[in-house]
Amino acid sequence: MALLDYFRTDMLPHIWCPGCGNGIVTQAIVRGIDALGWSQDETVIVSGIGCSSRAPGYLDFDTLHTTHGRALAFATGVKLAKPHLNVIVVTGDGDASAIGGNHLIHAARRNINITTICFNNSIYGMTGGQYSPLSPSHSYGSTAPYGNIDRAFDLCELVRASGASYVARGSVYHIAQLTRAIQDALAKPGFAFVEAITPCPVYFGRKNQLRTAVDMMRWQKEQMIPLRRAEKMDPEELTGKVIIGTFADKDLPEYTDSYEALIEKVRREVEESS
Amino acid sequence: MNLATQPENRVALTGNEAVAHAMKQINPDVVAAYPITPQTEIVQIFSGFVADGDVDTVFERVESEHSAMSAAVGAAAAGARAMTATSANGLALMWEILYIAASNRLPIVMPVVNRALSAPINIHCDHSDTMGARDSGWIQLFSENAQEAYDNTLQAIRIAEHPDVELPVMVCLDGFIISHAMDNLFMLPDEMVTKFIGLRKPEYSLLDVDNPATYGPLDLQDWYFEHKRQQVEGMKKALDVIPQIAVEYEELTGREYGFFEAYRASDAEALMIVLGSTAGTAKDVVDAMRDEGHPVGLIKLRTFRPFPMQQLVSALAGRRAVAVMDRSDTFSTAGGPLFHGVRHALYDCERAPLTSNYIYGLGGRDVKPHDLRKVFDDTLRMGESGRVSQPITYLGVRE
Repeated sequence: MALLDYFRTDMLPHIWCPGCGNGIVTQAIVRGIDALGWSQDETVIVSGIGCSSRAPGYLDFDTLHTTHGRALAFATGVKLAKPHLNVIVVTGDGDASAIGGNHLIHAARRNINITTICFNNSIYGMTGGQYSPLSPSHSYGSTAPYGNIDRAFDLCELVRASGASYVARGSVYHIAQLTRAIQDALAKPGFAFVEAITPCPVYFGRKNQLRTAVDMMRWQKEQMIPLRRAEKMDPEELTGKVIIGTFADKDLPEYTDSYEALIEKVRREVEESS
Repeated sequence: MNLATQPENRVALTGNEAVAHAMKQINPDVVAAYPITPQTEIVQIFSGFVADGDVDTVFERVESEHSAMSAAVGAAAAGARAMTATSANGLALMWEILYIAASNRLPIVMPVVNRALSAPINIHCDHSDTMGARDSGWIQLFSENAQEAYDNTLQAIRIAEHPDVELPVMVCLDGFIISHAMDNLFMLPDEMVTKFIGLRKPEYSLLDVDNPATYGPLDLQDWYFEHKRQQVEGMKKALDVIPQIAVEYEELTGREYGFFEAYRASDAEALMIVLGSTAGTAKDVVDAMRDEGHPVGLIKLRTFRPFPMQQLVSALAGRRAVAVMDRSDTFSTAGGPLFHGVRHALYDCERAPLTSNYIYGLGGRDVKPHDLRKVFDDTLRMGESGRVSQPITYLGVRE
């Protein structure tokens, strides 16, 4: 299928700012779906609130635009009700790691077969550049005019430790690796999480000496270190760098399978005892 | 000479800026907040005052509105003056803690920039957010413009912390229409605000180690009912306190505040009751229709909670017809929340006017002078005919 066939073209052009990378991440998702040959009628895309969460509005699938932070909770309901559907969650750094952080760790803990793509633009873009739990320490935001003293989450590490089957990080600059990671995440049974680092020159860049899209892409190019290379580097050399690559790719029991198996088991026991 | 209305105290600010400056002058001990359109600016501007050392506030950038209100509750129970601000779904996410703030009698002041509740997602003005919280035990003050949002924020501190009241207050201002529009207003000099609001003197505080207190413990069939009854008493006392504070404020500023503003209402046969910024449009329509000789007038309700039932009855009794304007719906099929209050108030009243309800402006749908003129025309006709032909009308909607 032509990629444009996956889009609601009447909803275009999109609302994202010049230089935003969200369109590139959205394209990577569509490429992943296309490579796997998923039917539009069998695929549900769920989002929360924020810049990233506008993506499903442009995608021609069954889509559910929910409330801030709760996309995974809604998606869990969709998946449990219709386990045969492919369920994708599109979320952002504020949505997934702040207001919706609890849902993220519990979806990973259950290892439910939902693919979550977190568009990490390092800031609350939709509301005008407040710093988020994924804003790097000492970066600037509209609520941190002298720098942010908070420490950022390593969201991949958090999701991996919570028990997800698949965890990867990529960036819009490294689009081939990101697209591959998203495709692998979609194909993986169990909870699959991809952190997609995306440029926000208008809010993050403007406050952090990365004013143009080119500056932000160069920053991604220079700061991102592939996992295989990072493993051979000293921790000191890695200070301030961001590691991209696949952090978990495991075969673990999936939640809706376990749920179905329990029902089968109890049913069998009841039948045998009667 | 009134310092508060000297030209040097006249400023051009948006509603959000005006409220942020009011918060700066209040200099609360604790502010905790989470961004949401169209409120975000209030706290963002305020965070600049914190960063620049203009205020002594401890500012907490929490991870959700639920946490923002929880932090405000904790701070207020510890004896601090605590504030936050929100809109729409942010307020909805606070729901659980709104009740806890009110029931623990914690005088938190919260500007709420009114915005439609999801779904579908809409960022523009209606009153569904604060109307949903109308039974949470918070005092609710509505504002017509940036001046009133500023004035209400300052008065809210005094109302909330009054020892007879000790209840939280929402200061409601219409999203975008007030929050983002530039207005000119008078600000009080800083020292005048400091003097007016004074210091919070809580009777019970978690930090008062010589007099240990417990907030919010288990309270079952034995005393829960009595505590709820006391909460009602706090609201009743607010009906005495709100006008007292307004008189004090008027002495400082010359600006008059009551439960409501009656505009060209004393001899009106057809009245409109409205909340918020629509009152500005309605006043223009009243003026135009008065010029044409139509006996119309306006009641702009400022205090929605507590509901000033007796005072409204006095203002409405003897009129022929009243149009009640609701910028939200209850989905009860029996009209909007303001309509419920007004019609209920009029039930036992002698010479009660006929009433009808207009649901308007949901999700930011603009309400124009000709829309309100139609309401007045209908209401005049209702008064002349002596019967209500259509109790509930959805104004300016395609159906």
